Amino acid sequence: MARHVVMRAAELPAGESRVVTVRGREIAVFNLAGEFFALINRCPHEGAPLGLGLRIGLSESNKPGCYSHSRPGELVRCPWHGWEFDIRTGQSWCEPSRLKARAYAATRETGGALVKGLYVAESVKVAVEEEYVVVEV
Amino acid sequence: MATEAATLSPVHAITGAIDVDLHPAVPDMAALLPHMHPHWAEQMVVRGIDALESVMWKATMPITARPDFRGPPGTQPGQSLERLRAQALDGFGTAIGICNPLWGTAALFNEDMASELCRAMNTWLAREWLDREPRLRGAITVAPHAPDQAAAEIERCAADPRFVSVLLPAMTEMPLGRRSHRPIFAAAEKHGLAVTIHAGGQYRHPPTVTGWGSFHAEDHAAQANIFQAQVLSLVYEGVFVDHPSLRVVLLDAGIGWLPSFLWRANKTWRGLRAEVPWVKRSPSDIVREHIRFSLQPLQGPPDAQGMERLLEHIAADHMLLFSTDYPHWRFEGQAAVPPQIPARLLPALLRENALETYPRLRPSDRPRAALPEGVNRPAP
Amino acid sequence: MTVDVDPRVALAAETKFRLVDCDIHPIVRSTADLRPYLPKAWHDYFDQFGNFLVSPYTEAHPYPKPTPALSRLDSWPPNGGPPGSDLAFMREQHLDPHDIEIGVLQVLWPTAARQRNLGYAAALCSAINDWQAEEWLAKEPRLRGSIMVSLEDPESAAAEIARCARRGGYAQLMLMPRNMEPLGRKKYWPIFAAAQEHDLTLGCHTGGLNGYPVTGGAGHCSYYAEEKDAGGYPMEAMLTSMVFEGVFQSFPKLRLVAIEATMGWLPPLYWRLDELWQRFRAELPAVTRPPSEILREHIWVTTQPADEPEDPRHLRDLFDWIGWDRICFASDYPHWDSDDPRYALPVQMSLAEKRGIFRDNAMRVYRLG
Ligand code: FES
Repeated sequence: MARHVVMRAAELPAGESRVVTVRGREIAVFNLAGEFFALINRCPHEGAPLGLGLRIGLSESNKPGCYSHSRPGELVRCPWHGWEFDIRTGQSWCEPSRLKARAYAATRETGGALVKGLYVAESVKVAVEEEYVVVEV
Repeated sequence: MATEAATLSPVHAITGAIDVDLHPAVPDMAALLPHMHPHWAEQMVVRGIDALESVMWKATMPITARPDFRGPPGTQPGQSLERLRAQALDGFGTAIGICNPLWGTAALFNEDMASELCRAMNTWLAREWLDREPRLRGAITVAPHAPDQAAAEIERCAADPRFVSVLLPAMTEMPLGRRSHRPIFAAAEKHGLAVTIHAGGQYRHPPTVTGWGSFHAEDHAAQANIFQAQVLSLVYEGVFVDHPSLRVVLLDAGIGWLPSFLWRANKTWRGLRAEVPWVKRSPSDIVREHIRFSLQPLQGPPDAQGMERLLEHIAADHMLLFSTDYPHWRFEGQAAVPPQIPARLLPALLRENALETYPRLRPSDRPRAALPEGVNRPAP
Repeated sequence: MTVDVDPRVALAAETKFRLVDCDIHPIVRSTADLRPYLPKAWHDYFDQFGNFLVSPYTEAHPYPKPTPALSRLDSWPPNGGPPGSDLAFMREQHLDPHDIEIGVLQVLWPTAARQRNLGYAAALCSAINDWQAEEWLAKEPRLRGSIMVSLEDPESAAAEIARCARRGGYAQLMLMPRNMEPLGRKKYWPIFAAAQEHDLTLGCHTGGLNGYPVTGGAGHCSYYAEEKDAGGYPMEAMLTSMVFEGVFQSFPKLRLVAIEATMGWLPPLYWRLDELWQRFRAELPAVTRPPSEILREHIWVTTQPADEPEDPRHLRDLFDWIGWDRICFASDYPHWDSDDPRYALPVQMSLAEKRGIFRDNAMRVYRLG
């Protein structure tokens, strides 16, 4: 495990996602209202690129014909067969304990904090005053 | 099953079983007239309304009656209590048999007429069969296109504890899960009645989406798909969300299609569940909890090894309920439990599963009140 | 399951054979692409009235689909046009990475075979057949076409079959199971006669439109989730009709591939028809041996959408029942429910078994070798 600086935080506005490659792995990074999350860019079903999935809310119901909708944008719907994954955890809606997209810890950190510790920044140049997205892989 | 392999194999000994699918036949309209509201009794006579024999179960077709179950010429197979008693009850050592009459009362377009004829048939069943043979229990026949009248009829018959289920057709105007049918399921659940769905029915649409075929055999082959559609409708429309204690029994549906049907349904639900967000568990979970199958016709692998594989795929031995489908011709001799069914299933298959499925078959201290005499009920 | 390290090993590299994909969907960039392929006499009709189906809508569907254009979200070509409309992108996204040796095209839109105006149906079918030949087959040697015909007009269908067979490049005659009548009925026999005469495999792709409830006798259901799973029902009904009417007895050389209907329904159909046949012998004089024997001889199935048993090992039971030589891989690219050949059938298979499913069975049934 190492902390990889994958992009400047400002490059990924809230509500957007981007796929980065870290140690040969494609990882989809998501910005949920300023919080960052990272999932492997491969659906556990047949391997579709999750980073291309639409971000949706959580549709729920306790009674036929009644619909509730919450957590807008916090799920990603697989671009192929439509399974829903919680961006915060990688858990699938249908079988949260068994079917998961691998999740990686992602944080937003200042360059100042980063230079004090260990990190890898292969393609990003770190400046003390900027904020960065760091993914642990 | 009547494959050669089956007839050569030893036959399972069965006794004390609960047979969930017997078909006593209404001989003709005259038999129902005494149980009908006077307006409708007069309508039947004045208009010469009779012969509501279902096209699925045309009496002369081999499938409708095993040769030895057929009865004298000119009678409807299954119309004689004496024969049913001797052949279906004594013949298989059956302890309890559930009567599902298939006369086409529910297929009439006129909602009031269809509902009244269903009422008359239910009363006829109580008087002519249940009163006369203590081993028999009844299904309450209702017309699904008149759901409020159906619910009222369920209420009326539920007072008689010998009625243990509601009988609906597989072929309907609209799939049974659709919301307009909900009063039927509510009434059934309230009274601890299983809902049963029998092959055949209203013929409002071609049996398959490919249109009207040339042969009766095609209509029979189509039933498996119609049942699949009905199960999906019950699951996706949320019938079991609204009625969590309900049990639904598919009669004459075959069981061979069940595993691959569940594989498909689970896969589809995973991708599309937001369309029906009240469905929170996989269809296979819901089906295994709520749906049961009568044993005959099996329409499964003809060999024991194949049957073992299929049972492993189904992974729910509690879903199968013994039936002979009397007088229909589904098997030869005494092989009501097809020889490829493993003996380990027998205790559950013959009794326990039915007791779990039909709450009213369980011993209880409920006061017994037979369906009251008298036919001058106000027409709704 | 959590997939951590990418287990993808290109199947071809591992196993040293290339794939045959029985179901790839090309589409027009817009229906205007077809106008030049239509005879002049139909241009005004095309401009003013065309695409007249048994449907409440001109283009939409009363069971709305789960994704735009029914397609994978990653399949929209970067240079515009709907998924499946750009050959270069199809090569880049599908044919090359999966090392497809031969791909069979199935055109679903516009729905030529189901036009209510039979004259237009025939003209549009011919236009699509020519469009396939010029826009796809001429440009990409890995692809084979499907001959589209107007099934409700068997005479014109037979003529079109003969025309396309002379032209060459088509792997199959494309059928759909939802027609106005069950496909075994006599009305459709000229089509089977022509197919047999030209040694054309029948490729029956799930679908069709005729206004009847997709459930058949249960009536109109509410949800796409129901309509989706009802896709296989008409395949069963169509095969039942063909067997009971004696189609395979009268046209003994016919081969039929059931496409995009899953596979799991086929063994239960064998069992069911064999049981029923014993009771309906007098009604079915053309059926002189168990229906399952007839089906096993004449029917192949494609893999997609892949059956996904709760225990993947049960797939082997299914394949044993169907027959390993009867199963052909199909991707359904670029549709939303398409399958990736590397992951779709997660069960242990020998190299010979894989080779059969992913290549050889299709080579044989389509006479591609
Ligand atoms: S690949 Fe993601 S749901 Fe199938």
